[in-house]
Amino acid sequence: MTTNILLVGVGGQGTILMSKVLTAGLAQMGYDIKMSEIHGMSQRGGTVITQIRFGDKVYAPNIGEKEADVIVSFEKVEALRALPFLKNGGTMVTDEHEIYSMPVLTGKAEYPSNALVALAEAVENLAIIPARAKALELGNVRVQNICLLGALVKVLKLKGVDWKGLLASFVPEKALAINQQAFDAGYAMI
Amino acid sequence: MVKEIMSGNEAIARGAWEAGCSFAAAYPGTPSTEIIENLSVIKEVSSRWANNEKTALDMAIGASIGGLRSLAAMKHVGLNVAADPLCAVGYTGVNAGLVVVTADDPGCHSSQNEQDNRLYALLAKLALVEPSDSQECKDFIKAAFEISERFDIPVLFRVTTRICHSKGMVELEQPGEIPVKPYQQNRQKYCMLPAMARVRHAFREESLKELEEYANTCALNRIEWAHDRKLGIVTSGISYQYAKEVFGDSASILKLGLTNPMPKALLREFCSAVDNIYVIEEGEPFIENAIKSLGFACTGKEKIPILGELNAKIVRDALVGQEAQAGYSIDLQAPPRPPVLCAGCPHRGFFFTLKKNKKHIVAMGDIGCYSLGVGEPFGGFDISTCMGAGISGTIGLAKALEMQGDPRKVLGMVGDSTFFHSGLTSLIDVIHANANVIACVLDNSITAMTGHQVNAGSSKDVQGNEVAAIDLVAIIRALGVPNERLRVVDPLDLKAVQEAFTAAVAVKGPFVIVTKRPCALIKEVARANAGKHCQVDPDKCVGCKACTLIACPAMAFKDNKALVADPASCTACGLCMQMCKFDAISRVGE
Ligand SMILES: Cc1ncc(C[n+]2csc(CCOP(=O)(O)OP(=O)(O)O)c2C)c(N)n1
Ligand code: SF4
Ligand code: SF4
Repeated sequence: MTTNILLVGVGGQGTILMSKVLTAGLAQMGYDIKMSEIHGMSQRGGTVITQIRFGDKVYAPNIGEKEADVIVSFEKVEALRALPFLKNGGTMVTDEHEIYSMPVLTGKAEYPSNALVALAEAVENLAIIPARAKALELGNVRVQNICLLGALVKVLKLKGVDWKGLLASFVPEKALAINQQAFDAGYAMI
Repeated sequence: MVKEIMSGNEAIARGAWEAGCSFAAAYPGTPSTEIIENLSVIKEVSSRWANNEKTALDMAIGASIGGLRSLAAMKHVGLNVAADPLCAVGYTGVNAGLVVVTADDPGCHSSQNEQDNRLYALLAKLALVEPSDSQECKDFIKAAFEISERFDIPVLFRVTTRICHSKGMVELEQPGEIPVKPYQQNRQKYCMLPAMARVRHAFREESLKELEEYANTCALNRIEWAHDRKLGIVTSGISYQYAKEVFGDSASILKLGLTNPMPKALLREFCSAVDNIYVIEEGEPFIENAIKSLGFACTGKEKIPILGELNAKIVRDALVGQEAQAGYSIDLQAPPRPPVLCAGCPHRGFFFTLKKNKKHIVAMGDIGCYSLGVGEPFGGFDISTCMGAGISGTIGLAKALEMQGDPRKVLGMVGDSTFFHSGLTSLIDVIHANANVIACVLDNSITAMTGHQVNAGSSKDVQGNEVAAIDLVAIIRALGVPNERLRVVDPLDLKAVQEAFTAAVAVKGPFVIVTKRPCALIKEVARANAGKHCQVDPDKCVGCKACTLIACPAMAFKDNKALVADPASCTACGLCMQMCKFDAISRVGE
């Protein structure tokens, strides 16, 4: 069995660090892992997508439409955009945060006001969580990703890894405590 | 055995090191860039950012002939730039092993086309190696150096975005001794004058035959037999993973890793043994054509798309049939989120002014962060093709407009890295042709688009050593551009940029504008700007929206007032302040 995970967000939100910690944990659990993240043009405020697949033996590094077991979205309309990738019965976790793209800012496109309502109607396994707000409350927006990681670990029921200890090898020492708090907070949100 | 999770690019660098490669040169280009970045931290390897792909390959060829195992890396379109030395070294061959990594980009994740560079192996008569994951990136690089030396042939090492930027587990080995082969003069082999080239061409045809024998039996090409032999799949590179994902052990697979010369005997053996043949490959029907030329019928591009990138689902839908799964859909459009110039980007002041002067100007663009200026609201240029063309292309366009009686002046733009890459020779053409164009160099002191690599204008090299920075304004002056036809301006000073445009439009003949201001994302710049930002005084803001014309992603407009909605990304660049006639915006945190 292979599990497919999609992390979606906006360039600069920290999807890459989140996927690094996740794959390190999965490696400790002995899984075969493939992870794919396309960087390039997308870093300049565009949509970013990271794909993680784990299981006994994983071949392809990417995920097609209707194949994701879990999608974690760092932003509301990115959840909407990624929805076609969700497998029947899959779980969508999304931050309630909004980021306006340039076409929205210049009035060429509209940011839907009812995205979460529509998602809630369509997706049975949906968790809307205030990860960014929590990160702000903790004192650093950048730990939004680790908060979401906590939520994802809970959704996946990944046991036997010291996730908070693992964080030490990925974040500077002075930021470790706040990252650990963010992880706990995210874990508790599910 | 130590195992580590690595991207394809990291594994290529690791493999080169383990193989005793001691010279590496490249020009940045997504998805190849991290190969040199990873090699540059290994002290046994002399790594260089070259000015362009041709000079990178020239350097690597020099090192190989001199006796060092050498590697050149580039993105697919970079190989077009390096095609001249590539075809020459196909004849000369090597002394120590030479591997040329081409990182193709099916799906155009960050490129202007999706050309399939396997075809270059045929053209230049090279060995072609295609790994299918990170582990093979490392193992096959080592094999590539062996092949290169054993058959006196350069190896084209073909990867794709999905291989370069995907991670998988890799078993590490220890690097051995760095081999150095003595340099030996051999003019018959290394001087490609007509008389020698004819002889070397004949040598190459013979050596390709020997290499084909090797390809038929070597470990890079292997058959995975299934229990029954109804279905046989021939595949290479990342497509192998999709084939395994879809068919598992139910089909026999001929997995090719050494694809030029094609292992014809092996193909015959496999194709004769199975009832039906599917060829699964991204891009061109490279393997498919080889199979068909041997007289076997097979299913390939009639079902597998030639366009874009594949994945397991596309392969499954094409060859097995659509799966009936409802999936989820909502009747609600997510607004598009195209990449944009960063908050505080120096290019923004240039594009805003260009738009203001659009009545008098037709603009050509180029490849770099400034290519993002093409989008709303700037609509910065009408044409962009490839690196350097933003300057040289203007010469022809200006002539064409002149012959149609179009009074507008043609403007072209390149960044600093693109200037050193091929913009310099283009500018020489402009000056020497006395063309009626405005040539702009947008100097942000870095190669930004590909992730901030140093270039010839930098005072550090890729390994962090102090080097003499090349002064591009001094070069432009040395071309004979007089002061009255040259402006060097700060792009964040809108008045100065406008003054430069006014002067440039007023005269006939070449005019050069250099905008100078480091990219906002350079570490030192970002550090210096940390904590600084602008804010809008809502009492002074009258809601005129003038500041929104510069399209800064840090700003928003809510309840009829402008605001700096994302102070963390605002750099206090001051552009919005210059737009405001009501003094409503001020800097804080300085
Ligand atoms: C032949 C070729 N090589 C490499 C690239 C990849 N590439 C795209 S933009 C760019 C560099 C841009 O740097 P610069 O001109 O300084 O502009 P900036 O991004 O800094 O604004 C490179 C190397 C390419 N598109 N074509
Ligand atoms: S990376 Fe630098 S040059 Fe590129 S858009 Fe951002 S600020 Fe501008
Ligand atoms: S000063 Fe104004 S224009 Fe510049 S980054 Fe900040 S909000 Fe954007």
